[in-house]
Amino acid sequence: MTINEVQDSIIEEFSLFDDWMDKYNILIDIGKELPVIDPGYKTKDYLIEGCQSKVWLRPDYDGKIISFSADSDAIITRGIVALLIKVLSGRTPDEIIGSELYFIDRIGLRQNLSPTRSNGLLSMVRQMKLYAMAYKAQGSF
Amino acid sequence: MKDISEIRADFPILSRRVYDKPLIYFDNGATTQKPLCVLDAVREVYTSYNGNVHRGVHAMSDLTSEAYENAREKVRLFINAGKREEIVFTSGTTGSINAVAFSFGERYIKTGDEIIISGLEHHANIVPWQMMSQRKGAQLKVIPVNENGEILFDAFLKLLSAKTRIVAVTQASNALGTILPVKDIIEAAHTANIPVLVDGAQGIQHGIVDMNSLDCDFYVFSGHKIYGPTGTGVLYGKEKWLSELPPYQGGGDMVDKVTFEKTTYNELPFKFEAGTMNYAGAIGLGTALDYVSHLGREEIAIREKMLLDYATGLLSGIKGLRIYGNSHDKIPTISFLINDIHQYDTGMILDKLGIAVRTGTHCAQPVMEHFGIDGTVRISMCFYNTVEEVDVLAGGIEKVITIFS
Repeated sequence: MTINEVQDSIIEEFSLFDDWMDKYNILIDIGKELPVIDPGYKTKDYLIEGCQSKVWLRPDYDGKIISFSADSDAIITRGIVALLIKVLSGRTPDEIIGSELYFIDRIGLRQNLSPTRSNGLLSMVRQMKLYAMAYKAQGSF
Repeated sequence: MKDISEIRADFPILSRRVYDKPLIYFDNGATTQKPLCVLDAVREVYTSYNGNVHRGVHAMSDLTSEAYENAREKVRLFINAGKREEIVFTSGTTGSINAVAFSFGERYIKTGDEIIISGLEHHANIVPWQMMSQRKGAQLKVIPVNENGEILFDAFLKLLSAKTRIVAVTQASNALGTILPVKDIIEAAHTANIPVLVDGAQGIQHGIVDMNSLDCDFYVFSGHKIYGPTGTGVLYGKEKWLSELPPYQGGGDMVDKVTFEKTTYNELPFKFEAGTMNYAGAIGLGTALDYVSHLGREEIAIREKMLLDYATGLLSGIKGLRIYGNSHDKIPTISFLINDIHQYDTGMILDKLGIAVRTGTHCAQPVMEHFGIDGTVRISMCFYNTVEEVDVLAGGIEKVITIFS
């Protein structure tokens, strides 16, 4: 599936429910599928400073695609980072850099599921793109 | 006291819904809602008599100046201060503390001096003193805190020394709700001739505060936490201190005579009110204080104690819920965690149930460190909250437990 196909399937999954509680339950379930970061990497180097909950995010580049693993001490935040990983992990740096994450608005993640200042949603996206840019720059040497 | 439904009708926002549920506002420690009379007072400034204070020869300026000075008199009466010269309007508690820390530091602090604060302070009563200490080579001493979230008074007495220049303590902890024994602190400090600043941000709205009997040297608070407009605040300072302290900011209205060689300053309190003040906000704050006085401060304290006791009893009965801060003397604020559920998860679910709480460190990271936690969920109540709202909260917490277990 392409990035946009994954986004569309997430939008469809969330559209089945109107109630915010049900949407939270999906987020919590998706969080359980998160490729969990090796505890050894839960260090300051991999910490994304959100305002309230901690998120660790680690990229792994095999020369072709970037795989992400992550974790958070808050369950809802773990669901949010798991969603982002579902969309962006296993992609080439170019795909990640060029991606437009429209699903965030379409499922109400930005407005309703996550006051952005609290969980650092935008910091997570920015960090994933920054890793992609760094690997791309590395490859061009 | 007025009936609770009448009181709530004074606050239009309390009848709104959020996510199609009735709003339950339990974040009064962060900011309080405003009664209509306050909004009307601010609106009236702009619709009826707006002019810049202390400046014009015209009627509008006169009327506004009069209303502004009236508001100052209302503040003076509300805290029972001796003179209007001792009441300075500021932008809020943070602005007030920064002004004192800067000016006091410039005038009195030198290398090796010490400033005492408590382990229960909001960042606003830590960082300004830290900045001043760094500038002046002084040292910050911190009164330790016990497991109940109370300061250790004996340890405070031991910290007092010949090097101490000022003590700055909060009246009540914003993070835990603990009320500090400020009167005892002031008495002990004064025995050693040391002035005391009391941070009243969480104290002014929960009972009677009297400068004459408290005898503190500085008392500061925010207007928006006592049902007044945002961007308003008060710095009370005994006249002898305010006269001696150099002004914090320079600008218009705070001056007497300006030449390029030298400026002499205006008299108190204007020396500390540089530039155009938030006079409309200050006038609104005056009305807010009228509102509180009219409800009755003793009645407010009784009602809030009832809410605190009820909520403490109900929440304590929830299995896995732990309350942080168990002093017997508290403002109606309760900080808690449930099992190992992250405070942010709890707050997000409660929000969707229409319940506004605060989660995180509450701008008091040292307090959280004391308990070895990253943060808590905090409910901060006030007189317009109800036991029914507390019941809904308890139900919401049960739901949180179901979702995350």
